[in-house]
Amino acid sequence: MSAPPLLEIKNLHIDMRSGQERLNVVENVSFSIGAGETFGLVGESGCGKSITALSLIGLLNRPLSVGQGEILFKGQNLLKMNGSELRRLRGNRISMIFQEPMTALNPLATVGRQIAEMFVLHQGSTWHEAERKAIAALAQVQVPAPDKRVKNYPHQMSGGMRQRVMIAIALACHPDLLIADEPTTALDVTVQAEILKLMQELCDQRGTSVLMISHDLGVIAKMCRRVGIMYAGHLVEERAVADLFRHPAHPYTHGLLASLPVLGQRTLDERKPLQEIEGIVPSIAAFPTGCRFEPRCTRATPICRDTVPGPSILGDGSFVRCYHHG
Amino acid sequence: MIPTILAVSLLIFVIFSVIPGSFTSSLIADGKGRNDPKVVEQMNKEFGLDKPVYQRFGSYIINLAQLDLGQSFRTRQPVTHMLLERAWPTMKLAIAAMVIAILIGVPLGFVAALKPGSLLDTTTMIAAVSGLSLPQFWLGLLAMYVFALTLGWLPSFGYGDGGIRNLILPAVTLSVAPLALLARTTRAAVLDVMSADFIRTARSKGMNAYRLVTWHLMRNALVLIITTVGLQFGSLMGQAVVIEKLFSWPGLGSLLVDSVSMRDIPVVQGAILMIVLWFLIINTVVDVLYAVIDPRISHG
Ligand SMILES: Nc1ncnc2c1ncn2[C@@H]1O[C@H](COP(=O)(O)OP(=O)(O)O)[C@@H](O)[C@H]1O
Ligand SMILES: [Mg+2]
Repeated sequence: MSAPPLLEIKNLHIDMRSGQERLNVVENVSFSIGAGETFGLVGESGCGKSITALSLIGLLNRPLSVGQGEILFKGQNLLKMNGSELRRLRGNRISMIFQEPMTALNPLATVGRQIAEMFVLHQGSTWHEAERKAIAALAQVQVPAPDKRVKNYPHQMSGGMRQRVMIAIALACHPDLLIADEPTTALDVTVQAEILKLMQELCDQRGTSVLMISHDLGVIAKMCRRVGIMYAGHLVEERAVADLFRHPAHPYTHGLLASLPVLGQRTLDERKPLQEIEGIVPSIAAFPTGCRFEPRCTRATPICRDTVPGPSILGDGSFVRCYHHG
Repeated sequence: MIPTILAVSLLIFVIFSVIPGSFTSSLIADGKGRNDPKVVEQMNKEFGLDKPVYQRFGSYIINLAQLDLGQSFRTRQPVTHMLLERAWPTMKLAIAAMVIAILIGVPLGFVAALKPGSLLDTTTMIAAVSGLSLPQFWLGLLAMYVFALTLGWLPSFGYGDGGIRNLILPAVTLSVAPLALLARTTRAAVLDVMSADFIRTARSKGMNAYRLVTWHLMRNALVLIITTVGLQFGSLMGQAVVIEKLFSWPGLGSLLVDSVSMRDIPVVQGAILMIVLWFLIINTVVDVLYAVIDPRISHG
């Protein structure tokens, strides 16, 4: 028996209430993240990655809420915690980085103050101490001249700089888990690589676990050992990254990989066009009753339409939810 | 600022040369002058009304440059003197109304926004819509009837000794519209800020609702609220005309109304100039406040 994982999500359901109706946006999602591990969550836009992440720190807003399931953090169920217990975890033990560095920071406060808040909130620092610690935190995310930069307002910084500030905020209290929701999607490619490297270094040093969310399998391949594939609110496959790239099991994963441009490959294969997955992610109200990928799937048979496939174990804690996987 | 003043002065000159009636004709209509062509000519000459518009405008501007607004046709007093006398009561009224509107409207909108859809929210917003749509004249009469005539708590009109008792009714009446508008704007501003990404970031940091509101929400909402306060402060001057007339308040508004009906052009000019100046000052103050609150707006 290995040690229990840091975070264990069991059968998570996220509902959306509209009037009397209750729609299952996220259904039966389970995965776990070990201490120091970086877990990837991949899927097209609108598949429920962000709301799954938000549910972990109790930040879902109406009309969304957790329907059932368990979110165990160090063995404690976050869904059973009261407001102040959750607030003590948020930012302190579990923190989050968002996609949009342009709007994620308060435009009217200096970045120094926004970092310093963390020390005031969670370490009982005075503002004076906290602002000194903020300079150190900014230095750690490799912002040059941090003692001057703390006095900057967000609009005086580039997108990459702001995302560094977000990382400084998120890692200020040395959390156990960092949730990074598409942290580099809004950035230039060159900046992307720097930010990812920085996150990886800092989290490795400190043994921080990461939930890395992206729609970019390339990013995931670089950062993670294990990965979960999400489609329309279902976790359809969970694998070790190496296996996933070599032998994708779910038709959706196949599609995702086929749509990846591989450097040099296109000229070799006589300019074979990139394979797009036909169709789009259905809207919440139009989710099929069976496998949610069925309408876009080339392998679909009648059984796919009627019942959601259960997990087929592939060994080593991996699974796929498909009747026709392989 | 100077181009604005020039343009406004020119506009008034043009308007008063186009609309029928002049100071002399209004005197005759009042039965204070004889309708004798000789007398009329004599009077027109005395007030300079016999000269063409462009000449009158020219000499007006030259005098204005020396801060001389001329004399009232009616009272023969210097216009500057009359304006200064009337400016303070109007400012007092406008400021009192705005203070009431801010002190009640902003917190009301704030509380309504914290629980959207609640009973308090709905009640406040229905009251705000009513406040905006009721005619001020009617509201003033109602207030007068209830608090002055029926209950006898407050004087029904006049300036009295300039104390607070006479100020209450006109100021409260004048405050209703900006109060309602401020409540609505504040609610909208707070809801707007609450859905911003940086509020989600703040929540992810683990702060409680009190800190969220005081550290992140208030200042951002304030930027939006200040715009409304500034605009309202300006348009209060227009609304004050009605209220001053109704409550016989000796301010710029009632002076303006009287002077327009008498075609006492120098006083009209002066009063409107004061109001324009007031707008410009408020705008400047709002701009300075913006620069203080919002670092994205560069100073100077
Ligand atoms: N605040 C919200 N209200 C209603 N629906 C929402 C809200 N946030 C997200 N959704 C819906 O939930 C689904 C999943 O969204 P999201 O988690 O943001 O997707 P992803 O991050 O994978 O792109 C989408 O269909 C989206 O429309
Ligand atoms: Mg997302």
